[in-house]
Amino acid sequence: MALHTFDGIIVGAGGAGLMAALQASRPDSSGKSPRIAVLSKLYPTRSHTGTAQGGIGAALGNLEDDKWEWHMFDTVKGGDYLVDQDAAEIMCREAVETVYELEHMGLPFSRTPDGKIAQRPFGGHTREFGKGPVRRSCYAADRTGHMILQTLYQQCIKQGVTFFDEYHVVDLLMKEGVTCGVAAFQIATGELHTFHSKAVLFATGGCGRMYKITSNALTLTGDGMAVVYRRGIPLQDMEFFQFHPTGIYKMGILITEAARGEGGILRNRSGERFMERYAPTLKDLAPRDMVSRAIYREVQEGRGIDGKDYVLLDLTHLDAKVIHAKLPDITDFVETYLGIDPVKQPIPIQPTAHYAMGGIPTDSDARVIVDERRSVLPGLYAAGECACVSVHGGNRLGTNSLVDIIVFGRRGGRALREYAMRAPLTSLPADPEGVTKERIARLRQGKGSETVAKIRSELQAEMMEKASVFRTKENLEQMLGIIRGLKDRYTKVRLQDTGTIFNTELLDAFELDYLLDLAQVTVTGALNRTESRGAHSREDFPKRDDANWLKHTLAYRKGDQVELKYKPVSITRFQPQERKY
Amino acid sequence: MREVAFKILRFDPEKDSKPHWESYRVELEPTDRVLDGLEAIKGSVDGSLSLRRSCAHGVCGSDAMLINGRNRLACKVLVKNVKQPIAIEPMRGFKVIKDLIVDMEGFFSKYRQVSPYLIEAGPAPEKERLQSPEERERFDDTTKCILCGACTTSCPSFWADPDYIGPAAIVQAHRFIFDSRDAGKEKRLKIMNEKEGVWRCRTVFNCVEACPRGINVTRAIAEVKQALVRGKV
Repeated sequence: MALHTFDGIIVGAGGAGLMAALQASRPDSSGKSPRIAVLSKLYPTRSHTGTAQGGIGAALGNLEDDKWEWHMFDTVKGGDYLVDQDAAEIMCREAVETVYELEHMGLPFSRTPDGKIAQRPFGGHTREFGKGPVRRSCYAADRTGHMILQTLYQQCIKQGVTFFDEYHVVDLLMKEGVTCGVAAFQIATGELHTFHSKAVLFATGGCGRMYKITSNALTLTGDGMAVVYRRGIPLQDMEFFQFHPTGIYKMGILITEAARGEGGILRNRSGERFMERYAPTLKDLAPRDMVSRAIYREVQEGRGIDGKDYVLLDLTHLDAKVIHAKLPDITDFVETYLGIDPVKQPIPIQPTAHYAMGGIPTDSDARVIVDERRSVLPGLYAAGECACVSVHGGNRLGTNSLVDIIVFGRRGGRALREYAMRAPLTSLPADPEGVTKERIARLRQGKGSETVAKIRSELQAEMMEKASVFRTKENLEQMLGIIRGLKDRYTKVRLQDTGTIFNTELLDAFELDYLLDLAQVTVTGALNRTESRGAHSREDFPKRDDANWLKHTLAYRKGDQVELKYKPVSITRFQPQERKY
Repeated sequence: MREVAFKILRFDPEKDSKPHWESYRVELEPTDRVLDGLEAIKGSVDGSLSLRRSCAHGVCGSDAMLINGRNRLACKVLVKNVKQPIAIEPMRGFKVIKDLIVDMEGFFSKYRQVSPYLIEAGPAPEKERLQSPEERERFDDTTKCILCGACTTSCPSFWADPDYIGPAAIVQAHRFIFDSRDAGKEKRLKIMNEKEGVWRCRTVFNCVEACPRGINVTRAIAEVKQALVRGKV
């Protein structure tokens, strides 16, 4: 057993993890800083933040009047009023200073003619509380996430942050209800490592790989969420999963909302701009949940292209120069994967599983809270997509994922630092790697005939069919049965790779285990929530029901079952209203 | 669906003394990526096949490898566009750890050598630093780099001299040298001027051919050379 001791461990090296690491490890005026290490199952620059395209929302007002209060209103309304408004207020206010901070770090934003950070319209972002679209998304061409990830990693190098690259964290260590580290295996050697620490911050991203059509990386398997869930910590609002309207047909690769921000239009088989019927004011720039539902409806009613399950994203009326300057990456994707020039031909798209609004419940300092009374678990933090603050409520607005990782990564890093400077190091539990060793041994000794790939693809296909944009009681109940069956089959997995060096099949098996848990939580929450709100749309309960359901779900693991509890939503400035665009 | 033939240079350090070719056939759609083929082989034929991959659409830089003798990202090549059997090998010039996985440590250490971060000229203003669209455009191309290693491992100068800092690190240096906000030009140009720096480049253009992000790497290197000759950017 290899043992490392640090003041704080950050798990995950995307935007939230790197931002937290920068804050947590920054030396004070006397040069002192806590000892922090970042663990990631990838090289940091491979993290999924790098794929974010369209921009980061902040009311800089560089091109027209804008206010953080409008951004907050849009966030709350976009989230169908399930957003915790105290947290949304912090996010939208601090978005402004954190975007400037990113620029100071060197982020190469696109620029306005007078040299300021360029901004463009994005879905659901409006001026004056819904009057019309506003240019709020700060962007670097259509690779804003890439530039954020690169810039933060560059700053980590400058600051000398300690990294353990390609270490897969598989367990959270706690003693008497206090955090004391993580267990991880080093992928290159297969060796187990114990990281003993006062504090741990999870920033492991999302879990889109539970669905067949997804924009998410192959590595987005909800590891952090599942690891803490298995340690008795609840997951919040997991039934809210965002389907982004414009994924490349059959592949799910994301075509940024900025394509519509720049003037792109969705069309059905008769060429009709159908969003005019669903959202008369914002049209194609309505929030993602509404646009995805509209596309599903068009397809259901036979207006998909050639009667199939896709529609078209039309950019052909835009100036070729605009497309090449502002959307170069998606032009490349469309050319590479479809052989289409978006200047000349519309792009076949379908909704793609994109973002988990739910996750590990936290307060606005990224401290993990474990119950409906908002009790904090000492030393444990979460930020970014794996966390649920909740600033996205039932449906996240475009650009707000980048705002979330930067603002709450930063706050979480600061809070962790403050805690790690004063808290004692709790002793490790007996045999800290025991649980992990057992899991590995079980997998290595598996004698059945099942494979990870087979179970995974069945899970993904069934979730897409039964628990995606539209849901019904019948489908969700069936899905729970399917998950039970798949979990049973998982115990019969046999690995072909018996080695220790880069045993990526073992890694895949751990990840599938997590996806099965998270799918079960998602479906259980969705079945119980008998209303439609944000991205959770029940055909058998088509209306939002504030009287009964204006509350957050907390899902706990109880043996092989999921136990649900609920907690209230924080409402400060904006009372729930009917959501029209 | 149709059957697609692959041959893959396999190496398991726990079993093999040297790499060897293995052949595979899997059912794929013509629109599938080479990466889909490798995942299908791993999923249904041999679970021990090892490779790095993540985003699967050419942005994260994990899956650079030799595909029919050229450095490509497996997620950016469609099977219908390459000759069969599709020959897959690890990138050249780095130590092979297992199958298609190579040791990237040296690559990242060279990246770190160029001080790849903005060096500020003075205290930051309250809002953003101003930069004109033209100034921003000056280094746009080199901001696209995803550190996949395809350029460096396609470079004959690097094969001949593994201490050569390599095109990827020069691209990163370029990204800052030509950024109007950066005050570290002299420091970086000095590193570029060293023995293993930019003068090792023989303008073979393999890097341009290899770059999955379409960066004109050779032009970036030439611009750094010119800056050294002129003594200014």
